[in-house]
Amino acid sequence: MIEFHSVTKRFPDGTLAVDDFSLVLPSHKTTVLVGTSGSGKTTLLRMINRMVDPTSGSIEIDGADIGTLEPVKLRRGIGYVMQNSGLLPHRRVIDNVATVPMLRGMAKKKARDEALALLDTVGLDRLLANRYPSQLSGGQQQRVGVARGLAVNPNILLMDEPFGAVDPIVRAELQQELLRLQRELGKTVVFVTHDIDEAFLLGDQVVILRTGGKVAQVGSPAEILANPIDEFVATFVGADRGKRSLHLENHGDGDIVVDETGRLAGVLVGSGPSASPSTVSSESKAGPRGPGASAQGGDSR
Amino acid sequence: MTWIWSNLDLIWDRTFDHLILSVPSIILSFLIALPFGWLAHRYRASRAVILTTVGVLYAIPSLPLFIVLPFIVGTSIRSPLNLIIALTLYGVALMVRVVADGLGSVDRDVQQSATAVGFSGWTSFWQVELPLAGPVLLAGLRVVAVSTVSLATVGAVIGAQSLGSLFTDGFQRGIQAEIIAGILATVLLALALDAVLVLIGRLLMPWTRRSAIGVVARPGAVARQEVTT
Repeated sequence: MIEFHSVTKRFPDGTLAVDDFSLVLPSHKTTVLVGTSGSGKTTLLRMINRMVDPTSGSIEIDGADIGTLEPVKLRRGIGYVMQNSGLLPHRRVIDNVATVPMLRGMAKKKARDEALALLDTVGLDRLLANRYPSQLSGGQQQRVGVARGLAVNPNILLMDEPFGAVDPIVRAELQQELLRLQRELGKTVVFVTHDIDEAFLLGDQVVILRTGGKVAQVGSPAEILANPIDEFVATFVGADRGKRSLHLENHGDGDIVVDETGRLAGVLVGSGPSASPSTVSSESKAGPRGPGASAQGGDSR
Repeated sequence: MTWIWSNLDLIWDRTFDHLILSVPSIILSFLIALPFGWLAHRYRASRAVILTTVGVLYAIPSLPLFIVLPFIVGTSIRSPLNLIIALTLYGVALMVRVVADGLGSVDRDVQQSATAVGFSGWTSFWQVELPLAGPVLLAGLRVVAVSTVSLATVGAVIGAQSLGSLFTDGFQRGIQAEIIAGILATVLLALALDAVLVLIGRLLMPWTRRSAIGVVARPGAVARQEVTT
């Protein structure tokens, strides 16, 4: 469990990145921090492994104030995955994955063996082990990044817009992989993104941030969709533009799900033509947690 | 040509003398430039001071330096050590800026991610920053090597033996072939040292050969600058 207690961060240039932020991030769940640029989401994430220290307030991991822990040691116990993978370009894939265990003193041979097994875990061919990162595609690099993040078997995995720089198809693939991994491993994941659809897909708990690191709303994707607390949140999740209000239209070939802007969101499957509430909620887009996944295929970015 | 064939031994001896002067100078200048380059890279305040100093150092004409240096360090004027010190100074003057620029060229994202996964300051320097600055360091070292080999010939004027002695001797005795042999041998030696450096670079930095395509294709390399929330 990670707890933020009245955390404020003011940078030396005077920017207030985070203002009196308090939150509990439950263990073995995925918490997504979502907001626009300047909302302090990355700063919040980096406070958890002390890349950034708060100006005031405290952060606790399982009850221990991390301000009292040695930063380098703390970081070696927390998985970190970033945009553009952040891999070391001069080390082979396998050595990149083995890096942190070796920093912690594990023998090279053992670290490499475990790294190979981790490539399997993240769905990478072992044949790629001896390549350099620049010889991989963006999606493969990102998988290596995840493998590296998992290498010390950390309880906590920090992910800073990890899928931001890959194309939409690969991103969707990586998101599904992460959901699968999370079902298997049950880490405490803290995920930063500016993409609300990604947040709703991956998050057990979603935190919507306003500029200056203020919390706009915290809740499950369903709670936020059903009850946006104010205008800002409604705009952010797209409810104000009718993106989240879906209804059925009959186009002869079958029922098509359409949102209020007239954009085709997908087709209705699994329940046949007799499924007749004329308005379905877009909540079902929230992935496996949604009720029976009825509307499919809408990429509403 | 006949002069060259009948004096191969002499040319070989002078080449060896030349190596004794230049190789230690090249290695020393690299080792000495490292900490100064690091300081210039790391601390803004020291940067201007260090880079200006080495700039001035490089501007000192070589012949006067060869003559003045023995009085300062107490070596004999013809001692190879005198020349090695002078050549090292010029090498350092070139190399400090290269080290500072090389360390500055390391991708900040990579450095940040190294810190984030738990590299401490020194481990990060030796295992991440220095190797990644490698290609720039190598480019600088190649310039230093060639310039040192060529500068070392000047020592002949003050009587320190090197391939330069072949020019001075050839001029004095009017043997054209000896002059040409000196020039050719100097150029060949410079090329040979350069080739050795390139080879060492390939062995130490295998990733640079394979990544040529990938680096260009890497998405977000430009865009990432502004993504700091």
